[in-house]
Amino acid sequence: MSEQRLSVFKTYKLYVGGKFPRSESGRVYEVSDSKNKWLANAPLSSRKDARDAVVAARKAQGGWAGKTAYLRGQILYRVAEMLEGRKDQFVREVAEAEGLSKSKAAAVVDAAIDRWVWYAGWTDKIAQIVGGGNPVAGPFFNLSSPEPTGVVTVVAPQKSSFLGLVSVIAPVIATGNTAVVIASEDSPLPALSLGEVLATSDLPGGVVNILSGRTAEITPSLAAHQDVNAIDLAGVEDDVLAKELEVAAADNLKRVVRPQAVDWSADPGTHRLTAFLETKTVWHPTGSLGASGSSY
Amino acid sequence: MTSTPSASKAFEYAPAPESRSVVDIAPSYGLFIDGEFVEAADGKVFKTVSPSTEEVLSEVAQASSEDVDRAVKAARKAFEKWSALPGAERAKYLFRIARIIQERSRELAVLETLDNGKPIKETRDADLPLVAAHFFYYAGWADKLDHAGYGADPKPLGVAGQVIPWNFPLLMLAWKIAPALATGNTVVLKPAETTPLSALFFADICRQAGLPKGVVNILPGYGDAGAALTAHPDVNKVAFTGSTAVGKAIARQVAGTDKKVTLELGGKGANIVFDDAPIDQAVEGIVTGIFFNQGQVCCAGSRLLVQESVQDEVLDALKRRLTTLRLGDPLDKNTDIGAINSAEQLARIKALTETGEAEGAERWSAPCELPSAGYWFAPTLFTNVTQAHTVARDEIFGPVLSVLTFRTPEEAVAKANNTQYGLSAGIWTEKGSRILAVADRLRAGVIWANTFNKFDPTSPFGGYKESGYGREGGRHGLEAYLDV
Repeated sequence: MSEQRLSVFKTYKLYVGGKFPRSESGRVYEVSDSKNKWLANAPLSSRKDARDAVVAARKAQGGWAGKTAYLRGQILYRVAEMLEGRKDQFVREVAEAEGLSKSKAAAVVDAAIDRWVWYAGWTDKIAQIVGGGNPVAGPFFNLSSPEPTGVVTVVAPQKSSFLGLVSVIAPVIATGNTAVVIASEDSPLPALSLGEVLATSDLPGGVVNILSGRTAEITPSLAAHQDVNAIDLAGVEDDVLAKELEVAAADNLKRVVRPQAVDWSADPGTHRLTAFLETKTVWHPTGSLGASGSSY
Repeated sequence: MTSTPSASKAFEYAPAPESRSVVDIAPSYGLFIDGEFVEAADGKVFKTVSPSTEEVLSEVAQASSEDVDRAVKAARKAFEKWSALPGAERAKYLFRIARIIQERSRELAVLETLDNGKPIKETRDADLPLVAAHFFYYAGWADKLDHAGYGADPKPLGVAGQVIPWNFPLLMLAWKIAPALATGNTVVLKPAETTPLSALFFADICRQAGLPKGVVNILPGYGDAGAALTAHPDVNKVAFTGSTAVGKAIARQVAGTDKKVTLELGGKGANIVFDDAPIDQAVEGIVTGIFFNQGQVCCAGSRLLVQESVQDEVLDALKRRLTTLRLGDPLDKNTDIGAINSAEQLARIKALTETGEAEGAERWSAPCELPSAGYWFAPTLFTNVTQAHTVARDEIFGPVLSVLTFRTPEEAVAKANNTQYGLSAGIWTEKGSRILAVADRLRAGVIWANTFNKFDPTSPFGGYKESGYGREGGRHGLEAYLDV
């Protein structure tokens, strides 16, 4: 009997606004493993899906940034906890996506989980590292603090379908931004499964939105979107497209992280945290209130 | 503003002109490349005039793309040795420069006032002390970069191409050159075409300080020279302060390259006055916010948001205060409002204020006589302004204040944030929790609470949204010039 049993395929869906919609376009595309064996049909997102994801990300941004850094840290850690519990699934998906042996895929997934933990610990420390009081020459209290830049479009790395993906999402949301993520075009399945983990990790809907599809089709409208504040071009491998996206991003002066060679297994440093932060400096008189002579 | 009868009586002052004899302006200046003053490759020159009198001050060589290439080559050559110099030695050069600026600060203040049109009171008491302070501050960083938070031994980028505006010519030069040199970069700087002189005097200060040749190069010129500089393939770092439109053009131009870019662009700062604000101080802050440097300030508080219940009180006090401002000879130590920097800028301010009137906003200008020569604009405010009005949306970059009202803190925050810009904002209230809550929600890089327009080299400055990216000043300002 057992060999008679038909396995149950998974219908992969997008993750937008905390929900799992199909592409509004009704399209899918075939996803194969490294040996060209069919794995699943992934949603082929349209530009409309991308715009919907921006709406969801914008809606979620204020609330997410407004949570305490302590709570954001716990929620990021919760993602690591949930991943740990579903490790086998991700090891299988990463092995298939990247053509890795099971043990190598397991090491990649472990590293990705550890990376969530690392970023979970940053949420309530980054302000102390990059902000602080400034010793101005005058009777003023003067404090610089980092703030999220807003909604960030993240083009996830193409080859590193999971560790690379986590390495570009976690720093964006650790600092209070919300993200619209374009998964690896050829290997989107680990990203779409990550959506299921995020949905059960106390992360508010809309903080991370995950789209699969053609990078060249979806990214131009996101790079030009007036309600997107920053764009990480990590996964744009085509130099011509990368340049076009950077030009489009200039239209509302989006913060841009250009594509560059990254060893995703190396210590990530704080670069990707600070790339999506603004610095706000607040001044207030201490004592004398100026010419009128009034004082404390 | 001697024409207001009541004001003239109470505020009649004898003229107190600062002598211009401390400045020796040569009839002509070259470009400063590789430690020498040289003619432009194509021999072109342009005239720089005093905005308050239209007197021609000097004739200055006009850089072309060929000159840009020469200067970048000189900077590249100098980079090798300059970046290899121990930080402590670079520091000493910067300390020397800071000291020479202090020694020559009266000369430079008068020069800046002549070339820019701003009151001597401001160049003497604000610009020059800050210029020296910036060199002092960044001098100290040169041998402490390991401690700046960017890891051990952070590296300079190479040749920095820097383009600065005309509103604070020497201060913007200091903001750009001090951190660039402290971190081991070399510099090609293009000052604005209407205010090239103080940068050329700075070249002489570099000479006095014994700065190695080619470390600082100064190229007076127009927008085409600036564009050639920021586009130059051998420039590693682009730093620009100026309009948002040009900032966007630069962002497009450097797309696809590995140039690091920082942009300090326009603003439309909201100055929010709550009903419990100390009104007298708030009025002073509003005046400082929009009439300092004739309002030609990117972080100017050009939108006054006043709580409805105190609108009349604030506006009456503000108008009364404006009638006491003295407009006229910028070299007179009593002058509050100097000349607009150029005929072109004056025309832009006039066009935008005419649009304001045409759209139905109510215009009030302080009664005053404008000098017959030079470029002048009386302090002006618009009431009956809505958020849709041009004068509430576009940066005017002149002494023009738009007044809007609000009822609740929520409405104040929403209106303050309703702009493409995000450079500065002001909050006036006696309630501490309100200051912190509102400051938290304003999307702006610098927020002044119960004060306005304060600057300090230790304090990061820069914008959110379309006011640009990157920060200048403080430890944050180092990042722009380091490979991190």
